[in-house]
Amino acid sequence: MTDGWHLVIGLEVHCELRTETKLFCGCRNMFGDEPNTNVCPVCLGLPGSLPVLNQRAVELAMAIGTALHCDIRPSTFHRKNYFYPDQAKDYQISQYDEPINVDGWLELPDGFRVRIERAHMEEDTGKTTHAGASGRIHGADYSLVDYNRSGVPLVEIVSAPDLRDAAQARAYATELRAILVASGASDGKMEEGSMRVDANVSVRRSPDAPFGTRCEIKNLNSVRSLGRAIEYEAERQITLLEAGEAVEQQTRHWDETAGRTETLRSKEEAYDYRYFREPDLVPVVPDPEWKAAVADTLGLMPAQRRARLTELLGQGTDAVDGRRDQVATVVDLGLDDLVVEAAAAGVPVTLALARTANEAATDAEAARRLDLGAYVALLTMEAAGSLSATQSKAVLGELLAAGGGDPAVIARAKGFEAMSTDSLTATVAEAVAAEPDAWARYRDGEDKLAQVFVGRVMKATRGQANGKAVVAELQRLRG
Amino acid sequence: MTAAPTATEVASAVRSGTVRAATVLEGHLAAIDAAEAGIHAFNLVTREQARSDAAAVDAAVDAGHDPGLLAGVPVALKDNLCTRGVPTTCSSAILAGWRPPYDATVVTRLRRAGAVVVGKTNMDEFAMGSSTETSATGPTRNPHDLDRVPGGSSGGSAAAVAAGFAPIALGSDTGGSIRQPAALCGVVGMKPTYGTVSRYGLVAFASSLDQVGPFARSVADAALCFDVIGGHDEADSTSLNRPTPRVLSVLDDGVEGMTVGVLAEFLDGADPVVVARARAAAEALAAAGARVEEVSVPEVALALSAYYLIAPAEASSNLARYDGVRFGLRVDADDTVAMNTATRSAGFGAEVKRRVMLGTYALSAGYMDAYYGKALRVRTLIIEGFARAYQRCDVLLGPTTPTTAFPLGAKVGDPLSMYLSDVCTIPTNLAGHPAISVPFGTDDAGLPVGVQLLAPALAESTLFRAAAVVEAAAPDGSGRGGGTT
Amino acid sequence: MTDGPARITRDEVAHVARLARLHLTDAELELFTGQLAVILDHAADVATLDLEGVAPTAHAMAVTNVLRSDTPRPGLDRDEVLAAAPDVEDHRFRVPKLLGEAP
Ligand SMILES: [Mg+2]
Ligand SMILES: [Zn+2]
Repeated sequence: MTDGWHLVIGLEVHCELRTETKLFCGCRNMFGDEPNTNVCPVCLGLPGSLPVLNQRAVELAMAIGTALHCDIRPSTFHRKNYFYPDQAKDYQISQYDEPINVDGWLELPDGFRVRIERAHMEEDTGKTTHAGASGRIHGADYSLVDYNRSGVPLVEIVSAPDLRDAAQARAYATELRAILVASGASDGKMEEGSMRVDANVSVRRSPDAPFGTRCEIKNLNSVRSLGRAIEYEAERQITLLEAGEAVEQQTRHWDETAGRTETLRSKEEAYDYRYFREPDLVPVVPDPEWKAAVADTLGLMPAQRRARLTELLGQGTDAVDGRRDQVATVVDLGLDDLVVEAAAAGVPVTLALARTANEAATDAEAARRLDLGAYVALLTMEAAGSLSATQSKAVLGELLAAGGGDPAVIARAKGFEAMSTDSLTATVAEAVAAEPDAWARYRDGEDKLAQVFVGRVMKATRGQANGKAVVAELQRLRG
Repeated sequence: MTAAPTATEVASAVRSGTVRAATVLEGHLAAIDAAEAGIHAFNLVTREQARSDAAAVDAAVDAGHDPGLLAGVPVALKDNLCTRGVPTTCSSAILAGWRPPYDATVVTRLRRAGAVVVGKTNMDEFAMGSSTETSATGPTRNPHDLDRVPGGSSGGSAAAVAAGFAPIALGSDTGGSIRQPAALCGVVGMKPTYGTVSRYGLVAFASSLDQVGPFARSVADAALCFDVIGGHDEADSTSLNRPTPRVLSVLDDGVEGMTVGVLAEFLDGADPVVVARARAAAEALAAAGARVEEVSVPEVALALSAYYLIAPAEASSNLARYDGVRFGLRVDADDTVAMNTATRSAGFGAEVKRRVMLGTYALSAGYMDAYYGKALRVRTLIIEGFARAYQRCDVLLGPTTPTTAFPLGAKVGDPLSMYLSDVCTIPTNLAGHPAISVPFGTDDAGLPVGVQLLAPALAESTLFRAAAVVEAAAPDGSGRGGGTT
Repeated sequence: MTDGPARITRDEVAHVARLARLHLTDAELELFTGQLAVILDHAADVATLDLEGVAPTAHAMAVTNVLRSDTPRPGLDRDEVLAAAPDVEDHRFRVPKLLGEAP
C-alpha cells in the first residue's frame, strides 16, 4: 500500500444458513425458485402473523459460534425498524444487544488471530429487481419485489478491526468461508449471495496512531472484489488526506464494473432504527448440554485440519515450512482426508501431500468424490516403486475422471507394467558400463552423479523405470 | 321482551337435537335485522357463510357426530381477527376489503367447536380507543342508550352481545378493550392471562399486551368460550405451553375461604355510584364466605403512563407494514417513500397517527431510555406490587371503569381524558394477569355498571369462581341483562 | 426523581412523522404537537422516576427456548397472495421508483 500509511480493516459477513426452512416460518429456504412461491403470512408480514424460531437455525448459529471460539450466551431478538419494500414487516428481526455468540477468534493459515466481536442471528430481506436497462436502482422507473428470500436465516459475523491489508482481509474471508462450510452452516456460495461481505476501512499514519475515520463498503460478493475494493478505498482515503482534506464517515457501494466505491449515504443520514425487544419472541437460553450436543456434531475446522497435516509432516522442520501452501491448498479444497488416509496406510506424507496438492487439486470436485481406497492403493504402488511418478500421475488422471477404479488394472491397461527387479538390475548395469568415468566419481562419493545413470535408465526404459529404485540399485552396486 | 338464550343453553339444545342450529341462527339474524341499523355493531354480517356453517352443524347432529361444545352458537368476531377469505379491516381504511388468506387460531378453534360466525364487529381503528368512535366505518352505539358510546375498543362485540345479536363475541384486550366495553354495555367480558389464548391471526396492536377473550351474557358462557379458545398454540411463541385452566367445571365451587382485596387505587376518582356498586359486590362475596379487606397497590398509579409509552411504541412498529406494497390500500405517488407516506396518511385515522407518532417518539434515539426503557421498569414495579397484594389475597376487586357509558363525542377531542377511562383496566395488561368484568346493577340513568375482578397469572379458576358469585348476587336486570330477541 | 425530557417541539413532531412515513398538514402538526405534549407531560411521572436497579420487563410471562422443528410446511398460493397486492408485475410486487438502497 501507499508508503507511510497503515490500513485498519474490520469485516462484517452475512452468512445464509443451510436450513430446510426460514428463520421464523416453515417456508422453504431455497435459492432460485420461481418468485413468491416460498411465502406465507409470516414472511410476507401479513397482519396477524407471528414468528416462531427455527431450532436448526439456532443450532447452526451455535455451531458457527463454537467454530469461532465464541462465548455462546443467552440471547434475545430486537426489532430494527426501517421502511423498505423488501423488508416485509418494515422491521428486521435481529439480535442486538444480546447476541448468541460473542468474543471469539479466527486463526488465519499463517497463525494470525483475528478477534470476532459477535456472530448474531437475523433474518434476510426479500429480493428487489430494478426495472430498466441498467438493472441498477438509479435510473429505474420502478422495482419488483420477490419475498422468497424474506426471512431466510442469517448469521452476521463481525470481526474486530484487526486486519491490516487487503491480502489479510482476503485470507480472513477465505478462511471464514471454509469454516462456515466445514461447520455445515453454509454452502459458501458467494455468487448466490450465501455469503456477503461488508468492509470497514480506515487509514492512519502509524500503526500506533488512533483509528482514522472509517467508511463502510457494501456489496462485496467475491473475495476478489473484497481485495480490490479495500485497495481502491484505501487509496481514495489516502489521496484525500494527503491533499489536506478529511475523510467523511460514509457508507459506500462497490461498483465491480467501474472498479470503484461510490457514496451511498453519509453519517448525517444515519437511520434511527428505534431498536426494541421483539415482543413476539422469547429469549434463547442454551444450556451446557445443548451447547455440548452442538459441539459434538462439529467436524474438524480448517485450522485443526491444517494442524493435523503439519503434525503428520513432523515437527519444526523445513519440511513443514516449505509445504505450508500445499497444506493450505488441500485443506481449503477439502482434500485433506486423502492425505491423512494415505499416510495412515503407510504412504510417505510428503508424497501424499504433493500428489494431493498438485495433481488431485486440479480437479478438486472429482477428488472429493474419489474412492479413498483406490487413491491409497495408487500412492502405495508409487511409494513402493512399482509405478514411476509420471505413471502415477497418469493413473491418477484416469481415477479422477472415472471417480475410482483399480489403479493396478489401469496401470496395466496403460502398459505401465512395473519393471521386474531383474530387468532393472540389468538396465542399471548397462548404464554403469556405458559411463565408466562417472561411475568412478560416483563410487568415490559424488552422489549427484547418480542423475547421470538415472537419466540413462529412464531413456532406455522410456520413463517407465522408478527413479528411486534406480538410485537404490546404484547404492547397492557401490556397496 | 324475552331474554335471549345463553350459549350454554343453545349448545345443549343443539347437541341434544331439540333445536336446530339453523333456527338459532335465523333468530339472531332477525335480531340483527331489527336493531343493527341503529347500533352499528358490525362491519360485516356474514349471513350466507353462517347459514352454511349452521347447516353443517345440523348435518353433524343428524349424522350422530358430536358437533362440539359451542354447537350452533352464533359468535361475533372483532374485526381484528383474521378470517380466511372474509374481509378483516380493523375498522381502518388502510385495510378496507383485505381478505386474509388464513384464519386466526381462535377462529379455527371456535369453528371446530361448532360455533357459527355471524359477522365481524366494529372497533376502534386498530383497537386504539375506548369508545369505538375512531372506527373508519363510524361509531357503534350503546344498545342501552343509542346516544352513548359502547366503550372500546371492542365496542362492536360488546354491543352485539348486549343487543342479542350473538350470545358470544370475541374481543381483544390490550389495555381494557374487552372489560371496559363489557362494563359499559352490561355484559361479561374477560381478559385471560397473557399467553393462554393464541394471538396468531389477531392483528397486532401492542404485542406484549394483546390478548383475545370472550364477551358473553353470563359468566358460564364466558367460561365455556374461554375453555374452547384457550390452550397452547405452536404458531404463537408467547403461547404458554402448560395446561390451561379449565374453568367451566369449577364455576359452582364458591368463594368460601377466599380472601378478596378491594383495591383502593381503583376506587379513587371513580364515580360514587360505581364505587357503591363495587362495594356491594364485595359485600356479596363476603356474604358467600369470602374474607374481604382493603388493599393498596400504589404502583398501579403509574400504569397509565407506562402503558401509553409501551403500547404506542409496539404499535408504531406493528403498524409499519401498512405501507401499500403487499396488501391493503395504496395511494399512488412517484416514488416509494412518497407512496408509503401518501398511503399511510390517507389510510390511518387521527388516533392511529397520534399513537404511531407517540410510539415512534418514545423509541427514537435520545428518548428511548427516558420513555420506553423507564416504562418497562415501571412494568416490573407493577408486577411486584400485585405480587405483594396476592400474597394476602386470592382475588382483587374494583370498578372496571371510573364512569358509566359517556355520550358520543364527549371525549374525542381530548385524548388524555379518553385514555383515563382505561385507568382501572390497564394495570392487569401490564402485569399479564387475568381479569373479568361482571355487570352489577346500573346507575341512576339505568346505565350498566361493571365490577372487575382480578387474579394472579393463570388463576382463571379462582377468577371465574368469584365472578360466578358476583353474578348471582347482581341486582335484577344486570347480571343477565340486555339481550332481547 | 430525575429531570424529565424537554417538552416535545413542533420540529420533533415533524421529524417523527417523517420517520413514521406520515404526512401532516400544518393544522395537524399544530394539533398533534399540543396533544402529544399533554400526553408526554402526563408520562413525566414515569420519565422522571429514578429506576436504577429495577430490571425492565419485556414479557410479563417469563418463557424461554420456544423453538420450531426445521420442517417445511406448505406456504400460500401465489395467485391468492398476488391478488391482494395493489400492483403486480411478473409475479412480483411492483413498487414505484426507489430513491436509494435500504438503510
Ligand atoms: Mg445485519
Ligand atoms: Zn413464510
